Amino acid sequence: MRRVVITGTGMVSPLGSGTEVTWQRLLAGQNGARLVTEFEVEDLPAKIACRIPVGDGSDGTFNADQWLEPKEQRKVDPFILYGMAAAEMALNDAGWHPKTDDDQIATGVLIGSGIGGLEGIVEAGYTLRDKGPRRVSPFFIPGRLINLVSGQVSIRHKLRGPNHSVVTACSTGAHAIGDAARLIIFGDADVMVAGGTESPVCRIGLAGFAACKALSTQHNDDPTKASRPYDRDRDGFVMGEGAGIVVLEELEHAKARGAKIYAEVVGYGLSGDAYHITAPSEDGDGAFRCMTMALKRAGLSPSDLDYINAHGTSTMADTIELGAVERLVGNAASKVSMSSTKSAIGHLLGAAGAVEAIFATLSIRDNIVPPTLNLDNPDVDTAIDLVPHTARKRDVNVALSNSFGFGGTNASLVLKRYDA
Amino acid sequence: MSDIAERVKKIVIDHLGVDADKVVEGASFIDDLGADSLDTVELVMAFEEEFGVEIPDDAADSILTVGDAVKFIEKAQA
Repeated sequence: MRRVVITGTGMVSPLGSGTEVTWQRLLAGQNGARLVTEFEVEDLPAKIACRIPVGDGSDGTFNADQWLEPKEQRKVDPFILYGMAAAEMALNDAGWHPKTDDDQIATGVLIGSGIGGLEGIVEAGYTLRDKGPRRVSPFFIPGRLINLVSGQVSIRHKLRGPNHSVVTACSTGAHAIGDAARLIIFGDADVMVAGGTESPVCRIGLAGFAACKALSTQHNDDPTKASRPYDRDRDGFVMGEGAGIVVLEELEHAKARGAKIYAEVVGYGLSGDAYHITAPSEDGDGAFRCMTMALKRAGLSPSDLDYINAHGTSTMADTIELGAVERLVGNAASKVSMSSTKSAIGHLLGAAGAVEAIFATLSIRDNIVPPTLNLDNPDVDTAIDLVPHTARKRDVNVALSNSFGFGGTNASLVLKRYDA
Repeated sequence: MSDIAERVKKIVIDHLGVDADKVVEGASFIDDLGADSLDTVELVMAFEEEFGVEIPDDAADSILTVGDAVKFIEKAQA
């Protein structure tokens, strides 16, 4: 069977623009949450979010002009902009800029988003209501469609292979990477640019998730304490924004061009809860089956796991996932570390699975696991190391990343150190 | 340049992100200023909004240059 490795990463996150700056700040225990000041939040129950630091591009800030011409920026929702920026970072990191017909046709794109252009749809709705249909922009549709991230990336970089997208709520990023890896395994492409992107931080985004009772509302006065997975005082997730993109590559293709290899994508599992539209099944069976499938595909056993990047949203569901992991690892519980990086960057929804898969990849590269911030009073008694407060150096050869989404859609990725 | 021509020019510069000196009377939106068909639809909408005129689709199809737009608007407002 063809093997798939990660040869490039790109990221725009609440901790910064770029994979390395985000990773270093994550390991240092920094937190991206703050009060939202860009729009009215007085009447919203959740007034905080993890926002991308915007600036001139220095010191890890995100400068949109570096990634997309100003006249093009106003034609697309921010989720497309973030995805395009992260994809370009990933391609640069991989050193993959296909010029020949064969190379362009062998390279595809599979980038998803959980919701797409939420804010732009609202704005166009106002325009339609207030000014009529003749004032709805011709860029309204192509600037909001979820698959237009894949479209824009393919157009910009002349990637002419499979062009696809995923929409599975908070599992989007993980599904995108898993599905893209399979396209390579099947031989439909040799290289895939894959991941997720999201820009949900706007009034309707906060109002909608708050209505679902999904958001933290009790820490508006102390935003960096709000996302606290596994802690007894957790009360919902903190919304985040950004994008995570990887370059996946068939192993021999990567070796032939001397590419840097971060890790191998060895396992991918998927399952459905068939239970509830927003709540995970209480027995955690969907999560358990998904992780089990991914390990089986990888040919590994639960005791091989060193690190798990948890879905861990800082909601009641944290303990359901933890229960599923305990069931999975059994007596090997004391050997595995599991943290939720949502404690630092919030929940990036459709981008979460991709950003977190990159974190899991870097934990293998650097033999260190990022912390679960704010875990002051664990709500659970477990033998699993939840990596409270500070990053921990430890051997990491196999890492698993979990993502679970509304609709009861679950995805797990297993990554493994690549030894030449 | 007339007031209308100046306002048309400003809209074109803003929407297409081109240098002011390229936006001359004979400049074609698509051939000279890098617009695609969607850009021209948006330009026509911007002209309608700015000048309070209605530009029907068949008339819009014949507005290919900066000068075409200025002429149409001058006529519509006359």
